Amino acid sequence: MSRVSTSICILLVLGIAIGMAALNLGTDAGSAAHVSTYWISLVGKYLCFAILALALDLVWGFAGILSLGHAAFFALGGYAMGMYLMRQIGTRGVYGNAILPDFMVFLNYKELPWFWHGFDNPAFAILMAMLVPAVLALIFGFFAFRSRVTGVYLSIITQALTFALLLAFFRNDMGFGGNNGLTDFKDMFGYSLQSDATRSGLLVASAIFLVLCLLVARYVVTSRFGQVLIAVRDTESRTRFLGYRPESYKLFVFVLSAIMAGIGGALYVPQVGIINPGEFAPAGSIEAVIWVAVGGRGTLVGAILGAILVNAGKTYLTGAFPEIWLFALGALFILVTLLLPQGVLGLLQSMRGAKS
Amino acid sequence: MTALRHILAVLLLALALISAPAFEARADDDAADPFAGLTSQSFDDVAQALTALAVSGNKQAGPTVTALQNEALFVTPDMALLIKTDDSYVNARTGEKVADVNEDDLSPVRVNNAVRAAIEAAKGGLDLVSTDVAARAHAAEQLFASHDAAALPLLATALIAEKDAGVRAIMLQAQAAALLSSDTGTEAEQLAAIATLRARGDIESKALLGSLHDKSPAVAAAAAAAISSLNQLEQIWGVAQGVFYGVSLGSVLLLAAAGLAITFGVMGVINMAHGEMVMLGAYTTYTVQSVIASVAPQWAGLSILLSVPLAFLVSGLVGVLIERCMIRFLYGRPLETLLATWGLSLVLQQAIRSIFGSSNRDVLTPAWMAGATRLGGLTITYNRLYIIIFAVIVIAALMAVLRYTALGLRMRAVTQNRRMAAAMGIRTPWIDALTFGLGSGVAGMAGVALSQIDNVSPNLGQSYIIDSFMVVVFGGVGNLWGTVVSAMTLGIVNKFLEPFAGAVLGKIVVLVALILFIQRKPRGMFPLKGRAVEQ
Repeated sequence: MSRVSTSICILLVLGIAIGMAALNLGTDAGSAAHVSTYWISLVGKYLCFAILALALDLVWGFAGILSLGHAAFFALGGYAMGMYLMRQIGTRGVYGNAILPDFMVFLNYKELPWFWHGFDNPAFAILMAMLVPAVLALIFGFFAFRSRVTGVYLSIITQALTFALLLAFFRNDMGFGGNNGLTDFKDMFGYSLQSDATRSGLLVASAIFLVLCLLVARYVVTSRFGQVLIAVRDTESRTRFLGYRPESYKLFVFVLSAIMAGIGGALYVPQVGIINPGEFAPAGSIEAVIWVAVGGRGTLVGAILGAILVNAGKTYLTGAFPEIWLFALGALFILVTLLLPQGVLGLLQSMRGAKS
Repeated sequence: MTALRHILAVLLLALALISAPAFEARADDDAADPFAGLTSQSFDDVAQALTALAVSGNKQAGPTVTALQNEALFVTPDMALLIKTDDSYVNARTGEKVADVNEDDLSPVRVNNAVRAAIEAAKGGLDLVSTDVAARAHAAEQLFASHDAAALPLLATALIAEKDAGVRAIMLQAQAAALLSSDTGTEAEQLAAIATLRARGDIESKALLGSLHDKSPAVAAAAAAAISSLNQLEQIWGVAQGVFYGVSLGSVLLLAAAGLAITFGVMGVINMAHGEMVMLGAYTTYTVQSVIASVAPQWAGLSILLSVPLAFLVSGLVGVLIERCMIRFLYGRPLETLLATWGLSLVLQQAIRSIFGSSNRDVLTPAWMAGATRLGGLTITYNRLYIIIFAVIVIAALMAVLRYTALGLRMRAVTQNRRMAAAMGIRTPWIDALTFGLGSGVAGMAGVALSQIDNVSPNLGQSYIIDSFMVVVFGGVGNLWGTVVSAMTLGIVNKFLEPFAGAVLGKIVVLVALILFIQRKPRGMFPLKGRAVEQ
């Protein structure tokens, strides 16, 4: 079953992304089959959220770590990519400074802060988009899991972590653009971010990375390692008594998940054109949890489904009935936890089970 | 006419002698006629005469000085002083109107910078002998600030007549300041002056004391000692002020966290909508205020007192409702509880936004809660003070309820051993609902207090939720005293970090420190011991 749904999911994601890109580039703007660039960017954004949801499902669904700060890893990956894109602006900025981004000129920086060096190199930036979240997750997870902080306590300190980062990135003297964040990007790897071809390319890239993450995650959870991980999730102390070290298992999967979230963020920023401290808001992380819960916790494919469903609903409702959106989101949290503990995918499976 | 002048002069002499006996020694001519010097061609004489006039107590002194300032004072050839008014001339010495003035004969009393300074000093000096205590105190303060040696005789005279102890003290301080800044007086007098300034101990005194390096060694040493002791005193008051701010922030944290200490600490329910219970309390306060303003405006000052029980009821009832409709289905599933209550918080926020709008609502501070007082070197604002008192009352009441009432006994029984409590005939579902209602009600009362210091907006609760959880977890779950200690610790640490690190960075440091602390001691500062831990 799981193998089947994974295959369907991979085919759908790749098919839709490539199909949309082809229809965007291959048809005239006037024709009925044309897919506008707005839709390309929108779906690309959903796929990035799906990567975040997948990362979250990996730790929550399979290791029982309910992280309420996963958007922090997503945002860090986004900032790494944003820094690369900022450096690419070069002399085209408002102040025309070849080295310093506009906000630094504005804030009277004399030279580039040390942590901005190297970000003019795309390979370095992509490496950092994965490495920075990984290191943060490693340090945080090492201390948290070693001292056996579990359950809601862990959830609350992950929330505190992202809250602390939110406050830190709001400060102008952090050197990340403060309140306004990083924006006004011009091009990426030499291609203009405004062009349809780049946008379609980013959509396809998001789809490919989503599929890669899904395959990696599936490989991890179906392996022997994954079996132990599920044992840790269900009864941590029993697993420990059997001679495993739950903290190492949790730490590995937590770091892996942070890397995935970082990749999601790095793909997200060029498509939306901005990254600001708002991405660190604890509310954002909790929203990501509900994507997973809606789709079905511990199913991987469900997380992807949930992220796309909830975000499509959000796009529709915030446009059509802005008043309703928070009611709908709140109700979704309550109803899914009370009535649909297995999520949409669980519901589908039990319906199929009832039929057969 | 001349005879009249003689008689007047004698009268004035008598007046001057009565009101300013200390003055005779200084200048006999001036004492005889304080106005005489003003007729002189010498600026110095005029300036001296002004000083003498100011403390003479003469009723005409005020108008004369003012006239000189406005350049409306003239001398006649026979040395009479005339004040020019709108349409006529007045004799400066008597205040009587003078007819037939030949304007060609008049020469103005001329003014230069030295005289202008003397005019200013004289005006201060005039206030110094005013009948109004506040005016005298103000004048003395002005002289302290200017610490002008020219004012020394003024002060000496004024001090003799001064009866009010408070004004006298200020005059002595002004005298000390003038003495030190002019390098007059004996060394003993200067040392005494240093002691006076040290007792005053404000910034100006310190600045003055700091300028005394070039005095005689004994004086300079005394000044240095005075400064260091003042610095020490200042530091102690600074620490005390920091503690006050910290305790005040701690009380806010405590109020926000007290309800959570019940619902999360005692019941183990992760209520992410706790902040919204606080917000409901704040909006109840706003509603009560609006209703009272339209029904009985004369009771506006009391609306906040009425809000406290109402906010408890509103938030408490909503809490009971939440427990009955939602949370009871989620016992034993903490992560699901977290998500469901988070969803609830979104719904409540949006509901309030739909009803009241998303902009901030003004909750007025009643007159009896506004203002501030000084206690030594401390500035104590009343609304902060009342919040501290309110927090103490709320916590005391909460502890009393848990400790001494039948409800509290049952609550403790249920949380310690649910099945045994049920076996003893306690209706555990009801106790769960009431406990949750109690915690929510306390959060509502916190909202009344927070409406005084924070913006009443739909987002009010969100800003406190993380802090509240931190307080409860840091203090040790299930331990009200732990919550109190932890709130105060966090408040004080936060306030002491602020000057070094800034408000935002200070908060980050505290958060990171807390994250590390929880990893060291996952059960908080004061963990529960014994069987309760096993559950």
